[in-house]
Amino acid sequence: MVAEAIEIKKIKRNKGEISLADLVTKESGTEVYGCYQCQKCSTGCPTNFAMDILPHQIVRMVQLGLEKDVLTSKTIWVCASCYTCSTRCPNDIDIAYIMDALKKMALTHKVSLGEKDISTFHSSFLSSIKELGRVHELGMVRQYKIRSGGIFKDIPAIIKEAKLGWRMFRKGKLRLSPLRIKGVKDIKEIFQRGNL
Amino acid sequence: MKVSYFPGCSLHGTAREYGESIEAVCKILGIELKELDDWNCCGASSAHSTNEELAIALAARNLVMAGESGLKDLIIPCAACFQRTKVAEHTLLNNPDSYKDFAFKGEVKPKDLLSFICEDITFNVVKERIRKPLTGLKAVCYYGCLTMRPPKITGAKDYENPQNMDHLMEILGVEVYPWSYKTDCCGGSLVLTRPDIIRTLVNKLYEVALETGAECIVTACPLCQGNLDQRQEEISREFKKDYYLPIFYFTELMGLAMGDSEVDKWVGRHLVDPRRLLKSKNLL
Repeated sequence: MVAEAIEIKKIKRNKGEISLADLVTKESGTEVYGCYQCQKCSTGCPTNFAMDILPHQIVRMVQLGLEKDVLTSKTIWVCASCYTCSTRCPNDIDIAYIMDALKKMALTHKVSLGEKDISTFHSSFLSSIKELGRVHELGMVRQYKIRSGGIFKDIPAIIKEAKLGWRMFRKGKLRLSPLRIKGVKDIKEIFQRGNL
Repeated sequence: MKVSYFPGCSLHGTAREYGESIEAVCKILGIELKELDDWNCCGASSAHSTNEELAIALAARNLVMAGESGLKDLIIPCAACFQRTKVAEHTLLNNPDSYKDFAFKGEVKPKDLLSFICEDITFNVVKERIRKPLTGLKAVCYYGCLTMRPPKITGAKDYENPQNMDHLMEILGVEVYPWSYKTDCCGGSLVLTRPDIIRTLVNKLYEVALETGAECIVTACPLCQGNLDQRQEEISREFKKDYYLPIFYFTELMGLAMGDSEVDKWVGRHLVDPRRLLKSKNLL
């Protein structure tokens, strides 16, 4: 569970550029320098066992400007956004929001993503919304599996998932045909607003 | 009583029985649900993980439409949809300049379904409609994350040890046990990308629930119910256990206690069939 020692690599910044800590503070609306490493967030984090860098370490690295480490971490993607950390932080730091800010920065800076499939899932989910205004579960999963190459990667797992899907379908829980809302135009405008 | 109703994407799909039980229970309680016309997906975790403006605007569209409906309550059964709508409400009310094109001044109040039933409809009204108490059913209540956290956004008062579902189930005659995993995350939307994480988290929930003596778990979130119900078989396999822990939606148990005739249909949609448990207690 304890993160291994990470080779420190700082991205060279030009003089006068805003620090990572200030950038994240601005983006997340929370004071990154307020953290005094009490570790309450990491201790209460449900997915800490799946992380390469613990939440309190992420905040410390942001304070220190270790961009490459935080942006390429698995941590920011396996964060479940359960908000336990932000709720319990004695200094009111919104760690869950910091994770979101770092996910967005990772995409903007086109770094090597720590959990590429999770990012692919999010974009498949959003594609469904952009096209229909709602998520068509079957279509979204299909797109995700194809785009993540899951179809070819792990055949036994795919078969198990397909069996599960079949059981769900038999129970009437999987819509076959997608439903498009009338206001799809509104949705496309909303996506454009976010430059997506 | 007439309210605006925002079911969310999962209630039309994987959480179909949740939607069905909600409609039936509301009918019994005299609540008229007016489904928000042409509602869109709230964006869930994918939107807020990708783009702030997108995330706010998606939820804001629904909020504005609900505000225009003239009804003062917007009832939201899905925890994620509820939290995202509360974030949008918070943003629109506190930063009106950033989202000028979404005209919202608090015309409608988003409420999570559980709180609405417990606080607005009240326990007394529920009690009056009970036809058959659920005597002998032993359960723990699993609240999950997003109806309560972060409390600054959701307004939740008891976010570490919530009690409203416990009380509601007790009123139905259920024997409810306390446990310390009420609000521990099930892993949410990571289920499709990292099912291994879900299996670890949910296995822990099963273990602790069983330790209390509970025979089933009651939920108030479609993702939670899905993760706890749909993966039980594979979790049993991975952890070499033989779990039989039916996972109910709280509205299903309400419908059962209130004598609704469709309960068999709803619970029949679960992957872990609760009918065996219910029949053994002479409840079905």
